[in-house]
Amino acid sequence: MARAHSPRRMLITTIAAWGVALLIFFPVLWMILTSFKTEASAVASPPQLFTADWTTENYAEVWARSDYPRFFWNSVVISVGSTLLGLALAIPAAWSMAFVPGRRTKDLLMWMLSTKMMPAVAVMVPLYLVFQKTGLFDTRIGLVLALMLMNLPIIVWMLYTYFKEIPGEILEAARMDGASLWNEIVHVLTPMAVPGIASTLLLNVILAWNEAFWTITLTTVRAAPLSAFIASFSAPQGLFYAKLSAASAMAIAPILILGWFSQKQLVRGLTFGAVK
Amino acid sequence: MGKIVLKQIRKSFGEVDVIPGIDLTIEDGEFVVFVGPSGCGKSTLLRLIAGLEDASSGKTEIDGRDATNLPPGRRGLAMVFQSYALYPHMTVRKNIAFPLKMAGMSQAEQDRKVEQAANVLNLSNYLDRRPAQLSGGQRQRVAIGRAIVREPAAFLFDEPLSNLDAALRVTMRQEISELHQSLKTTMIYVTHDQVEAMTMADKIVVLNAGRIEQVGSPLELYNHPQNLFVAGFIGSPKMNFITGEVAAQYGCTTLGVRPEHMVVSSGGPWEGVIGLAEHLGSDTFLKVDVPGLGVLTVRGSGEMGLHHGMAVRLGPQEGRLYRFGPEGKALA
Repeated sequence: MARAHSPRRMLITTIAAWGVALLIFFPVLWMILTSFKTEASAVASPPQLFTADWTTENYAEVWARSDYPRFFWNSVVISVGSTLLGLALAIPAAWSMAFVPGRRTKDLLMWMLSTKMMPAVAVMVPLYLVFQKTGLFDTRIGLVLALMLMNLPIIVWMLYTYFKEIPGEILEAARMDGASLWNEIVHVLTPMAVPGIASTLLLNVILAWNEAFWTITLTTVRAAPLSAFIASFSAPQGLFYAKLSAASAMAIAPILILGWFSQKQLVRGLTFGAVK
Repeated sequence: MGKIVLKQIRKSFGEVDVIPGIDLTIEDGEFVVFVGPSGCGKSTLLRLIAGLEDASSGKTEIDGRDATNLPPGRRGLAMVFQSYALYPHMTVRKNIAFPLKMAGMSQAEQDRKVEQAANVLNLSNYLDRRPAQLSGGQRQRVAIGRAIVREPAAFLFDEPLSNLDAALRVTMRQEISELHQSLKTTMIYVTHDQVEAMTMADKIVVLNAGRIEQVGSPLELYNHPQNLFVAGFIGSPKMNFITGEVAAQYGCTTLGVRPEHMVVSSGGPWEGVIGLAEHLGSDTFLKVDVPGLGVLTVRGSGEMGLHHGMAVRLGPQEGRLYRFGPEGKALA
């Protein structure tokens, strides 16, 4: 039955939707506006949404004072690297869970997910020591490994959900047609799951890009990504809100743009399997 | 060549024996139909032959070679699935060529074989379409095309027509039979539809609860069912079974009379009232409630002019009776 859409109802829904969207977006908006203020107007009391003396000086200063391209490149390597490595491990894992489940597959999936419920700080000291002893501390490969392991449960779960939607008979047909396991995964399963794999990839790149706890804990200078770049503007010199905002805006801009262009794919990925 | 021999093939899922142990020989070039009610193990048996299920014990031989532990792709068999199982991201051409590509065949040879199969199956105009752009019948043809190009030792069909509408099912049934005539390759066909079984098979294997009840040609099964199950399963409408005193008069525990062998006549030994009369023009089906015997089905040819509520006398055609002993086995 179609639900009635009276103009009044539409108006209320639209206003509510805009209100919620604005509420969620407001911190980002505030940050962007602050990044164009002088330090004085950034800390003005009472706070001002708009100011008379707009400036781009903060960006120039942040750019001059730090090596943004290096942080940016580290972020790219770490987020893309950890996601690709995670996918390479998760595709076979999700395949076996979806198509040849064992008696304990469901338990295994739950256990994987339960690791995400553990506070990260609980394993900070052991992981820190392991990284120091093995020479992985402050290396990009170390962070790729760490973030891959952090996000692996999510990648496996997402792919598992997609793979479950693929009829097993198609894979059996491939087996009858003489496809090896490798060919079955490469020529049949993966192309059929491309939308799902793309959503998983995008979401995990975003998660890894935004990850701050481990990237700040396990790096100092060489492998530090943009999350550490933001942090470096808060501690030693006291709080310079305008510059901090400019640094934050520069750090989130690439992923914000990526998210904007791929939002259709992301929404589809997150709601996949929810509605039949 | 395509001779398949099953020796004491057994399949169990955990504690449950789905196939408790089957011996069966399928000769080269035969069209064999596995038929039986839902859950009788016919699809499992086909999947065991295909290699998609591992047998719990027993041996599968294909052309004299032990294939028990061979993976599906190396058994030299091709399968057509109920859901067609086409690769949705590939064109018809690529779907049909897929087994050839997996076999490492050259592109030119692949193209030649695909064209050939497409000609046979009237798919030449659809080669660059994707499965989603085809009708059910066309998809089924693509699935058959994908099976043909491999030139397999045997074709395995798992209820291939059950997703098609009634008219298309008849056409496809004929096409598959014609294909068998022209290729002369062994075909194993699983269905629960006994009309398909009767019309297509050289040999029917009737299965029940994982066991073979009887193997024989369609008319052998119709004329000489070995037990009550086969007698009841083969033939439509179902055979009438009469027990008690009347059966005892014929020296058996259960007396079987097919609806087409029931005669309505004033001299018939039994009297009853018509509960339901179905007039199909070519045939008339009657359900007659006979006190002491139960409801008997009668199939008469043409229009019989009988209606609901009428009292009739009826009886079996002599020489067309089936007698069964206390354990359901046919008596000589």
